[in-house]
Formats: sequence, C-alpha cells, structure tokens
Amino acid sequence: MSVTKKFLYVNRKAPYGTIYALESLEVVLIGAAFEQDVSLAFLDDGVFQLTKGQDTKGIGVKNFSPTFRALGDYEVTKLYIEQESLDERGLTKDDLQEIVYEDEDDDWAEKPSIRVVNRAEMAAIMADQDVVLSF
Amino acid sequence: MAYQVNGSTVEHDEEGYITNLDEWSKELADTIAESENIEMNEEHWEVVNFLRDYYEEYQIAPAVRVLIKSIKKSMGPEKGNNKYMYELFPYGPAKQACKIAGLPKPTGCV
Repeated sequence: MSVTKKFLYVNRKAPYGTIYALESLEVVLIGAAFEQDVSLAFLDDGVFQLTKGQDTKGIGVKNFSPTFRALGDYEVTKLYIEQESLDERGLTKDDLQEIVYEDEDDDWAEKPSIRVVNRAEMAAIMADQDVVLSF
Repeated sequence: MAYQVNGSTVEHDEEGYITNLDEWSKELADTIAESENIEMNEEHWEVVNFLRDYYEEYQIAPAVRVLIKSIKKSMGPEKGNNKYMYELFPYGPAKQACKIAGLPKPTGCV
C-alpha cells in the first residue's frame, strides 16, 4: 500500500512574463497521476493567474487560464486563494474565473474548487502539508 | 519530418505530433491515422472530435485516464472504458487519438 502525502503547490507570480505559472500548472497535471492529496495556493501576484477574461493576443503567448477549469477532471479540487493578496490588488472573488469539480461521492454534484482564505488560515494550510512546492 | 497531404507539407516532431496545430485538417487526420495503422471509422472520429472539443475548451490534451473518464461521462460506460478505447487505439487512446486530432502530446501521460 502506498502512502498518500499532502502536496501543496504555492503560486506567487503573475501568469505571464515568467514561466513559473505555466510550469507549476503542468507539474500539477503530471503529478496528479500519482494520486496524492493535492492542493494549490495562490498568493501575492499569483492571484492574477485565476482572473477571468484573460487575453494574451497582444503578447503572443498561449492563454492557459482555461486549463485551470480542467483541474477537477484530474481530481485536483482545492484551490486556496489568499484574501489579503486579493485586497492588496483591488481584486475580489468576482474577478476570478469560476472553477468547479464534480463530487463523485455526492452524485457528481458540481462544487466550487476556489476557496478564499485569510493569511492566518493560509499559514495553517501550509503547516499541515507533507510537501510544499513553491513557484 | 513531415506528413504529405494533398501536395502540401505538414511538419511534425520526432513522435509524429504536428508542430503547428493550425495546420490540422480531416485529410491530415486520415494521413496520420494511416501511419499509425488505424483506419478511421465513425467511432474513431467520435473520440478525435471529443478531444478537439476538449482542447478548445481547456487548452489541454487530457491524460488517458482523464480522457476515458470524460468519455464515460459524455457518452456512457459502454464507450468510456479501457477495453473499448484500446480496441480503437491500441497504442494508447490518448497518445494516438491526440496525434490524429492534431493536438500536443497529452499532459500527464507518464
């Protein structure tokens, strides 16, 4: 029997301009095959990764924000967003795209994956992990 | 390395995935399928079209277990299972079907 570990992927950078955000998402999708307990955290400029209405035509790179909506298919269903990071950037939860997953144990009901938490709660979530990967 | 379709050339990588996704066409799909020893029928097209829709919506080629689960959800368990999918695409439903669909190699296929 294999041991399930708690993995947290911490995203702190804006979606474009560096490769961190896309690389993080790819690692999450590849790592999802190993059936661990995976969560994602978004803080600092990382909260911009989840904003809706992204348009990358002007910068000539792929808009990968729709891929976050596929996370539920990969059984990644916990996306923690830090409230303070949203506040500091003049954002609210309504500026973020809607991301849902289907709960197999609840007749495939659609449930929100995004959970806004405050800084203290985020610290507790981080402390609770076996592995924390920072991007 | 390239496929030849109707007199035009479509570049692909060393594993046969096309380099420029915009160059895909149904004729090209038939050509790629031929090089994979697959004769395209309605069932194959159903999966290929499903993958293209999935990519359009999520900008990602799904891993094989995600593909089979999604097929099961949208077309039912008689199609969304390993046996059916591997009969259609013996060398891996996600890998072969993505290649034929003109998509990148699936993300999360180890």
